[in-house]
Amino acid sequence: MADLHLPPTLPPLYRDLPRRLDIEAATVEEAIAHLDERWPGLRDRLCEQGPVLRRHIHVYVDRERADLDTALDARSRVDVITAISGG
Amino acid sequence: MSSTVLLVGTRKGCFVLESDQDRRDWQVRGPYCEGWPVYHAVHDPDSGAIYAAAASEWHGAGVWRSTDRGESWELSSEGLAYDDGDGGLKLSKISGLTAAHGRVLAGAEAAGVFESRDGGATWSLLSTLDGQPGRERWNDPANQPPGHLGLPAILPDPDEPSRFWAIVQGVGIFETADDGASWTPRNRGLRADWPLENPEVGYCVHKLVMSPADRERFYQQNHCGMHRSDDGGHSWVEITDGLPSDFGFAAAAHPHDRDTFYVIPLDPGHGRCMHDGAAAVWRTRDAGATWQRLDRGLPQRDAWLGVLREGLAIDSLDTPGLYFGTSTGQVFASTDEGESWSEIASYLPSISSVEVAVMD
Repeated sequence: MADLHLPPTLPPLYRDLPRRLDIEAATVEEAIAHLDERWPGLRDRLCEQGPVLRRHIHVYVDRERADLDTALDARSRVDVITAISGG
Repeated sequence: MSSTVLLVGTRKGCFVLESDQDRRDWQVRGPYCEGWPVYHAVHDPDSGAIYAAAASEWHGAGVWRSTDRGESWELSSEGLAYDDGDGGLKLSKISGLTAAHGRVLAGAEAAGVFESRDGGATWSLLSTLDGQPGRERWNDPANQPPGHLGLPAILPDPDEPSRFWAIVQGVGIFETADDGASWTPRNRGLRADWPLENPEVGYCVHKLVMSPADRERFYQQNHCGMHRSDDGGHSWVEITDGLPSDFGFAAAAHPHDRDTFYVIPLDPGHGRCMHDGAAAVWRTRDAGATWQRLDRGLPQRDAWLGVLREGLAIDSLDTPGLYFGTSTGQVFASTDEGESWSEIASYLPSISSVEVAVMD
């Protein structure tokens, strides 16, 4: 099970969505698809037309910058980060 | 007893201001919508729901909805997207909402109209105005101003559900009478201070309003002057004379008098604030023949206030109240048709929109 960490901007949008959860998935895209099944609409918060990751959403797998087709294994740590910007 | 409710869209969420029908004491609630930038919040008089068009820089565009006067909100963007068959259009923002005839219409950037018939839970694309003059160049990056062109406002016909008008930024007004299946440009008589390849389009319409007292009477604040139409938008005459500038964004039509209309002229330069640091709303009572400056109670020194397209609202009470919100977070209200004003909120985030509803 990959160890998935979400940004603090997401849980307020979906009932019972935690900041951290274990997820069984072969790729980042599959992990997001599983999230979207349980919390419909969540994919649109992370991905845009393509699909590709949104411009200001970065995903890291084991601290390496990842994209949707990056592979996950059972011990992967996945961090979803919102860009450090705004004011 | 009825309440007067202001829906205020800001750069950091939606706020709700509530008063009784005296409109003297206001309670401010919010911010709602998780602090997302809200471009336009509207009330559906049929269902009682509130809708707020928003776009997060991180999480994309969507429409928030509340069925309990703003106490709780849900977000949906299901169906709010172009697909591969839509000519490479990309949806970056929902900027204008209209609730009428049992559905919600949303104007999008890039330019398109979406509709929801289930109270904002799901959306579907109604039209991208294909085939209109110059349509193939609307999204050419070489033609884009700062920001980019979208469809920021939709004006419904009060009687015919399939008829509505849409503003496309930098292009003009289009009317459909068949729910977006076909469109007609409605820009005849408008002024453009730049060369036009096609006289039917190329106009910068900022705000379009219909008189509730006469559906043939339209007004618009254009980048190039104030204009009036007496034939349902088929032709326009300019009515700028007497105003301090031909530029502004916001406008409102009196609910009971077809000849009374309000605008907020701004400096047309980069500042786009009220002139000379002195705040004023301007009113005509004779369809634009003459204008009166209304400034009693508004700051007259060091007040560099901006008001955007949806920043001015008027209610439908017997003696209508007016409300405007500024780019510096103040909301001003008048309960006497603009004769005098008071500041009812002072420290909100930068305001994009103000709409007013009378709710039971």
